[in-house]
Amino acid sequence: MKYFDHAATTPPHEEVVRTVAEVMTQHFGNPSSLHRLGEDSGKLLSRAREVCAESLRVSPEEIIFTSGATESNNLAIQGVMTQYRQRGNHIVTTAIEHPSVYETCKQLEKQGCDVTYLPVRADGTVTAEDVLSALRDNTVLVSIMHVNNETGAMQPIAEIGNVIKNHYPRIIFHVDGVQGFGKLPLSIRDSRIDLYSLSAHKFRGPKGIGLLYVREGLMLAPLLAGGGQERGRRSGTENVPYIVGMAKAVRLAAEQQEHYAKRLYKLRHILIEGLQQLPELELNSALSGAPHIVHFSYPGMKAETMLHMLEEEGFIVSTQSACSSKRSEPSRVLLAMNKAPDCAASGIRISLGEEHTDEDVRQLLRAIENTVGRLQQLKGGNS
Amino acid sequence: MPQYDMLLLRFGEITVKGRNRSRFEKAALAHVKEVLRAYPATEVKNEYGRIYVVLNGQPASEVSEELRNVFGITSISPVMVTGSHIEQIIPMAIRFIESMNIVEGTTFKVNARRVWKKFPVSSQEMNQIISAPVLKACPNLRVDVHRPNIELRIEVREQGTYLFSEVIPAAGGFPRGTNGKALLLLSGGIDSPVAGWSAMRRGLEIECVHFHSYPFTSKKAEEKVIDLAKVLAGYYGQIKLHLVPFTNIQTTLAQSGHENVMITLMRRAMLRIATALAERNNAMALVTGDSLGQVASQTLASMNVIGRVTSLPLLRPLVMTDKEEIIGLAQRIGTYDLSILPYEDCCTLFVPKSPTTNPNLRIIEQIEASLPQLNEQIEEAVLGTETVMIRPGEAIQRKQDEEPVVQDKWF
Repeated sequence: MKYFDHAATTPPHEEVVRTVAEVMTQHFGNPSSLHRLGEDSGKLLSRAREVCAESLRVSPEEIIFTSGATESNNLAIQGVMTQYRQRGNHIVTTAIEHPSVYETCKQLEKQGCDVTYLPVRADGTVTAEDVLSALRDNTVLVSIMHVNNETGAMQPIAEIGNVIKNHYPRIIFHVDGVQGFGKLPLSIRDSRIDLYSLSAHKFRGPKGIGLLYVREGLMLAPLLAGGGQERGRRSGTENVPYIVGMAKAVRLAAEQQEHYAKRLYKLRHILIEGLQQLPELELNSALSGAPHIVHFSYPGMKAETMLHMLEEEGFIVSTQSACSSKRSEPSRVLLAMNKAPDCAASGIRISLGEEHTDEDVRQLLRAIENTVGRLQQLKGGNS
Repeated sequence: MPQYDMLLLRFGEITVKGRNRSRFEKAALAHVKEVLRAYPATEVKNEYGRIYVVLNGQPASEVSEELRNVFGITSISPVMVTGSHIEQIIPMAIRFIESMNIVEGTTFKVNARRVWKKFPVSSQEMNQIISAPVLKACPNLRVDVHRPNIELRIEVREQGTYLFSEVIPAAGGFPRGTNGKALLLLSGGIDSPVAGWSAMRRGLEIECVHFHSYPFTSKKAEEKVIDLAKVLAGYYGQIKLHLVPFTNIQTTLAQSGHENVMITLMRRAMLRIATALAERNNAMALVTGDSLGQVASQTLASMNVIGRVTSLPLLRPLVMTDKEEIIGLAQRIGTYDLSILPYEDCCTLFVPKSPTTNPNLRIIEQIEASLPQLNEQIEEAVLGTETVMIRPGEAIQRKQDEEPVVQDKWF
């Protein structure tokens, strides 16, 4: 069985697993306790914060640990809109955000916020000018993802950040970095990002743990009332073993990013070239996208059928994104890219990982070819 | 930014210190060389009572940022170097000015000095000979001889000509350790680290004394003090920290039932211990963060009664300084954020509801005399003192260290 669904989640790194197990066994103290066990956990917590900050090239005080990207994104968006209510009620985002951003915006709309969902171009991107033209005097927040989780489309974050801050220095810029971190280079400082969300399990860390970068000086209304952990911004006893495990995964991912991108772009190239040989398929990922995601549709064919047939051949792939794949509606992201509904309902996502070889990708291509061949016959028979 | 070749380091008071001058210079030079170890490409030149740092490609701003903290240096100027010929000096002056941020209306003047008297052009003549081509090259520039934005200073020496303009203020004071050794009472509050830095700036070598009352105080309070000492060590290279067990004394004093003079009694006991430690470590004074009138133990009457207990000079660098100024200094030297961490140190425990601001020496001495175990406990505290050497960026070796909590393999 070959796993090609790294955008859904990644196999945890064995060093991460060992770290989590050791820290969980040896240091179970609550970091808020005053006794020795608590202090020891507290020390691990601060070292983890430093390691994450170093890898992201920010300061440790700017890191909040959360339960993952959904919480990070909710905290960033709701926290800002509550905290800075007096500045206005307008949010600018895109039509292709992850549900944890998109649905949060929908929820805020019901509470009186005004949200602009920027349409994307055919390649799934927005430009800095598109963003700029949507900004107004009452805009409080811009929230844009770095890399789209379905198609791998990559937004020009540095340009967007600079355009926003050059024209409206007070507008807060949130970036959902979940699919981009460890895959593509991004400077939080140079891109003038105020809030940046990460989830550890997307880069070989544990599930259920993530972080939110909050630029120094920025205030956030907390989502959770409680014991005031994370300097009052995220109450709840810190998950020390997972946080330490995440720190290791963050460091490894940041260190290996360049190497990772180089290797995966090569694999992605082989994959895209092979898919282009099959006229039945429609490629939805732009060539300029992130190195680990390739998305295509088989218009007229239910994506689920293709997924199960590939599974029979020993390949795990995904329809849409894991978060929305249980629904059989056409993909919101593909519709936003102006794809026809039958294309948007038949999307298959292949996402690569560092364990894949050229040969793995070639085998996958052969399997797709076979599947398409078999389905083509069925299709022919029905009509 | 111009491509600078050297940094010129200036010294203040020590240059007028007669026969002791070379001792001061040596200490300053050693400190500069130690700081420059992080930049092995640089070279230090000692020339006619000035120190020059040849950058050899290292960034001037970064190196001067480090050297600003060296005690004794009053200011630093980044310098461009060229040959001592007028046809070399003029293009260099143009390059120097062009590389600065010249906007419409920027004013400048040339201030040339001919140190090498064999140079054919006089200082006065040079000002004009150099200004004219610079103005021609930079049309945005105007001359203002009274209050220029840029004063381009040119020194013609036999071995070369130095061009500089920026003057970066530095720490000042006396070179490291040139005025003897003193013990600093380091509490963990805002004032005492600043007092320590001020004392070091004035050329004192400092060893820190901290009184802890574990289990009345947490280990975190002690770690905070270690972190503060680390910041101070960053300015000095290394620092000794004496950790004094104070719990028994504090308990004895608390049980004596004189709540309102508790702080007076505690401070006196601390000074007695510090005096004994000073003698053992050849220190000739005690330094405290006292600021007149700030709290009950720092009124003039309290200072009088507390200070009587030691025969050593009590140096109080902040005694006449306002709290806001102290906070400003603490922020500048990087101790403020640590100082405000909320861990209780041994002074904030056992704090009486209404401490006296006007203690009576006779009564205090009577109370102390009624506590026969106090002298013994003070001796025990001196003997039980743990001394750790603190170097910036290095882990601290403690007596009872087991396996470290934070293991590198996990990160």
